Amino acid sequence: MDRNNPYLPIPMRLVKNFTETEDKLIHTFTLEFVNKEDEENFKYMPGQFAELMVYGKGEAPFGIASSPTEPGILKFSVAKVGVVSTALHLLEEGSIVGVRGPLGNWYPVEDLKGKNIVIIGGGFAFTTLRSTIEYLLDPARRGDYGDLTVIYGARNPGLLLYKDELKKWSERDDINLVTTIDRPVEGWTGRTGFIPAVVKEEAPSAENTVCIICGPPVMIKFTQPVLEELGFTPEQIIMSLEMRMKCGLGMCGRCNIGSKYVCKDGPVFTLAQLKKLPNEY
Amino acid sequence: MIIKKSEIAGLLDQLAKEYRVYAPVDENGNIAFKAIKEGAEAKLGENSKKPPKEILFPQSEELFNYSVNQEGLRMDSKVDDTKSVAIGLRPCDAKSIMLLDNVFSNDQYQDVYYLARRDNTVIVSLGCNRPSGTCFCTSVNSGPFDTDGSDVLLTDIGEAYLVEAITEQGKELVGKLNLPEADAEAKALAEKAKASATVASEVDLAGLKEKLDGMFTHEYWDKLHEKCIGCAACTYLCPTCHCFDIEDDAKDCEGCRVRNWDACMFPLFTLHGSGHNPRTSGKERFRQRVMHKFNYFVDRYNATACVGCGRCIKNCPVNMDIRQVLAEIKAQDTGSEVG
Ligand SMILES: Cc1cc2nc3c(=O)[nH]c(=O)nc-3n(C[C@H](O)[C@H](O)[C@H](O)COP(=O)(O)OP(=O)(O)OC[C@H]3O[C@@H](n4cnc5c(N)ncnc54)[C@H](O)[C@@H]3O)c2cc1C
Ligand code: SF4
Ligand code: SF4
Ligand code: FES
Repeated sequence: MDRNNPYLPIPMRLVKNFTETEDKLIHTFTLEFVNKEDEENFKYMPGQFAELMVYGKGEAPFGIASSPTEPGILKFSVAKVGVVSTALHLLEEGSIVGVRGPLGNWYPVEDLKGKNIVIIGGGFAFTTLRSTIEYLLDPARRGDYGDLTVIYGARNPGLLLYKDELKKWSERDDINLVTTIDRPVEGWTGRTGFIPAVVKEEAPSAENTVCIICGPPVMIKFTQPVLEELGFTPEQIIMSLEMRMKCGLGMCGRCNIGSKYVCKDGPVFTLAQLKKLPNEY
Repeated sequence: MIIKKSEIAGLLDQLAKEYRVYAPVDENGNIAFKAIKEGAEAKLGENSKKPPKEILFPQSEELFNYSVNQEGLRMDSKVDDTKSVAIGLRPCDAKSIMLLDNVFSNDQYQDVYYLARRDNTVIVSLGCNRPSGTCFCTSVNSGPFDTDGSDVLLTDIGEAYLVEAITEQGKELVGKLNLPEADAEAKALAEKAKASATVASEVDLAGLKEKLDGMFTHEYWDKLHEKCIGCAACTYLCPTCHCFDIEDDAKDCEGCRVRNWDACMFPLFTLHGSGHNPRTSGKERFRQRVMHKFNYFVDRYNATACVGCGRCIKNCPVNMDIRQVLAEIKAQDTGSEVG
């Protein structure tokens, strides 16, 4: 296969098709590389995405939910919204899918060494944040970073992704995990309330800290002023954008914001960078 | 060197033995660049309605075909590296290819399909003796006899074309044809043609990019788009527009992946899976088209994505005129604007 052709997907085997949420609308797919060579070539970082292809249906971009510290596999959590995502949900374990990537830039984890990190996630946009958290918690790396705070919210407990990981993280003392749901539910021991309010209560210090935030646009819109009140500057706030994409290569012209292509120059931007771009996303 | 017009068809037949030859042909009344079977099909004097970008970036193109089963998958990609000659492009169109090069071979990714064709195609362009009323190439860094992007330039001198090889590839091609040398008269006629070709319309681009920097939220866009019906003729027929869609054409586990021209003038172009659309109305879409060509592309590639061919003016069903739009933009007050 021609490795220099960025349009050609590599084959991966679906080893797990897991129903992630109570409403069954989100499944997490665990994929294994079919060829050892592809595995060696697929070098990615937290925050990058890939195009997932279901043969006969097409391809669509999804954030990589696994971390480079989990070798041999890739994970994606996919909401069922249309042609490709529905076809994915229906796939049987053992099926072959195509993967094209890794694409886009990543959370600047190298530059964040020595800093405290606050991660804020809402809804199912938590996928690449899972990757980031796993990466930061890797024993070989945890010492490179200061305090790690994660604030993660969903409408109700059944909609939280990665329940096993949440449990595992909550048992560690080198991560401060705060989960929240919109309204109280029987048996729920975490926080209740919307993310901006919880961020306000938690009041993470902005001192030597960077905040990575990913979620629905309204969540970001209301959380941003809270962060700014806490002293976070636009340089200290990092976000990941979603756009309609096709090529992922900065060619098809679909995902631009001003002179930037979200697929190639992003999807990760600092708020400072976004403030310089036209407000069209 | 010169080529007699009466011998062109024969020469193209000769070339066709070794190369695939693209030339403007009449397709049901529309002139478009197609691979020709016989030299006689070429309509060299005519400017094409469809831009020559389709030679390197076809309107619809199969990227690869595939089949899949439990064991794995088979994929065949079709990279077309046939040695080709494209003849009869206007200098503006030849220049447009240089602009497309930026996109299809960017700092990170190479589009192997485009580049295979690009590397294997010799561009023989034909200067414009009589630019049309909608041309404004001289305003956008080109001109009726500009040689940027051409391997060979032909100049119409009446009964014959004067032939100038511009690049090594061009010299090699011309060398194969055993053409007679041009005499002093032919050279003089060519000089005269070049000197007398006047481009009637002008757009003053000085300061336009900077103006647009501060115009994203300007009220000018509110009214401008109103008569546009969003047909996207302006983008499909533009030699520098390059947006595309990728789709699978498949039945069960066998199929092919196809890319097709697409356009920012269509509402679904940017519709997200969530239902959110960052460009909800014609206003945002028209602004995007103008901004992309005259502002964003300049930021990214240091060049304006317009070669002044006038196709978008000639073919717009509601007479939208990009020259007028640019002039109006320059006249806007942007004193209090922030980007
Ligand atoms: C960088 C990035 C990362 C992403 N990460 C994730 C992730 O981790 N998980 C995830 O679930 N999603 C993610 N997405 C979103 C995901 O790409 C889309 O949900 C996906 O493209 C949907 O593909 P589809 O083929 O299933 O949907 P499509 O069939 O393309 O359509 C989905 C929806 O789009 C609209 N639509 C499309 N075409 C039309 C039409 N012709 N007419 C009207 N409406 C139309 C409709 O609302 C439709 O329901 C990400 C997107 C990006 C850009
Ligand atoms: S914008 Fe119009 S004039 Fe300029 S290159 Fe495109 S079609 Fe030609
Ligand atoms: S050709 Fe004219 S009407 Fe059609 S999309 Fe372009 S500007 Fe609008
Ligand atoms: S997805 Fe094609 S340019 Fe970004």
